Amino acid sequence: MKLQKATAAAATALVIALTATACGGDSKDDSSGSGSGDKITIGIKFDQPGIGLQKPDGSYAGFDVDVATYVAKELGYDAKNIVWKKAPSAERENLIANGDVKFVAASYTINDERKKKVDFAGPYLLAHQDLLVRADDNSITKAEDLNSKKLCSVAGSTSAQNIHDTLAPKADLQEFAGYSECLTGLENEAVDALTTDDSILAGYAAQPELKGKFKLLGLKLSDEPYGIGLKKGDTELKTKVNDALKKMVSDGSWEKAVKANFGPANYKNEPAPQIAD
Amino acid sequence: MFDFLDSGQYDLLGAFWVTVQLTLYSAVGSLIWGTLLAGMRVSPVPLLRTFGTGYVNVVRNTPLTLVLVGCSLGLGQTLQFTLGGQDFKSIGFRLAVLGLVAYTSTFVCESIRSGINTVPVGQAEAARALGLSFRQVLTLIILPQAFRSVVAPLANVLIALTKNTTVAAAIGVAEASALMKKMIENESSALFAVFAVFAFGFIVLTLPTGLLLGWVSKRVAVKR
Repeated sequence: MKLQKATAAAATALVIALTATACGGDSKDDSSGSGSGDKITIGIKFDQPGIGLQKPDGSYAGFDVDVATYVAKELGYDAKNIVWKKAPSAERENLIANGDVKFVAASYTINDERKKKVDFAGPYLLAHQDLLVRADDNSITKAEDLNSKKLCSVAGSTSAQNIHDTLAPKADLQEFAGYSECLTGLENEAVDALTTDDSILAGYAAQPELKGKFKLLGLKLSDEPYGIGLKKGDTELKTKVNDALKKMVSDGSWEKAVKANFGPANYKNEPAPQIAD
Repeated sequence: MFDFLDSGQYDLLGAFWVTVQLTLYSAVGSLIWGTLLAGMRVSPVPLLRTFGTGYVNVVRNTPLTLVLVGCSLGLGQTLQFTLGGQDFKSIGFRLAVLGLVAYTSTFVCESIRSGINTVPVGQAEAARALGLSFRQVLTLIILPQAFRSVVAPLANVLIALTKNTTVAAAIGVAEASALMKKMIENESSALFAVFAVFAFGFIVLTLPTGLLLGWVSKRVAVKR
């Protein structure tokens, strides 16, 4: 009997607690929905510091996030009406083609193969393939030096293929699932360099806990113009996004976003690329 | 639609050959280590029994990705434990086999233990009465009968192992799914065709295994 009572009391407490939290959640939603009700879904990377990163508290930060927020604002959507969607490299084309996202800003290099399935606005950033090495390592000065070095990149990535096919075919290349795994090896001297786009590398090197440990070489091994991917044939949206990007460059927000996201890594950014119409 | 296969850019057979090699080495290793583990779990020595049970329960419940990445980052990159490999290609392959053996052997162990349970207790008692030692009872009487009854479960473990080798792509082993990542990066407009090619490749590998071992299992099973 006593046990039954205790159980009933616990159950009641639980129900009250749940209702209370539910109310809390509701009221929050109401206040945020007071603006225009329309939402916009944008695809970004969730796992690249400096580019697009989901922080532990659930918010998002990075250059792509800043660009996407600016563009969304120009399209008439407040920052709070943006729904961020994870866009891993392999899924970007399908997210756009299926209409799951309005556009994708996820370190998305413009190339001909991708243009078959999606249209690109921009480019909004010109990145280059580059190397990240330990701050005290001066033994690598050009791509050929890599032939006798241990190198790390992400499996199947364009950067890994460039090294393998043309830049340094004899380099000992370790390919992991993500760049974070490479940093362990770089710190432990198991690998000598980490290679991918300099913007991504700068994002990693700019993380507070890694500051001063690594340096970017600035070799410019390839050109990677980042564009905003959108549905094929949607010229109206493309023009709007291009106008937004032009405005972002001219009013200085672009420069500010670059400095804020890549600055701490001594990243020498290219000037804002010319937007093709 | 499948014209990317003719470009000569991708070594499809080579990638699947690495998958086959990974599977074979890991299968042999897990069979040996799994049998030893099963022996430990039924042995009369409490310490061995505890170790066997602990090992199986811990490793079996650890995600394979974690086991393999742990092998590569922990053993390889941090402790410089390379199993005699010279470059990342051979180190990665050997560490992947190590991780796959450590993981798969727990499932082999449990299959064999279930097989041991199908052997009537009277068999062991009779063998003990003849004066055979525990090792003799296990290797001469119990295990031969147990193996014959677990061919089908072991076939399932082997098929699971074949597919699990794809996880080795996470630590840079150039097997089939690593090539698939590369192809998706380059041929993004033919995404589903790429998927279809690799799905078909794995069917080619696993379906005959299942059919063959299913037939063997029927042939050798002990009729009781």
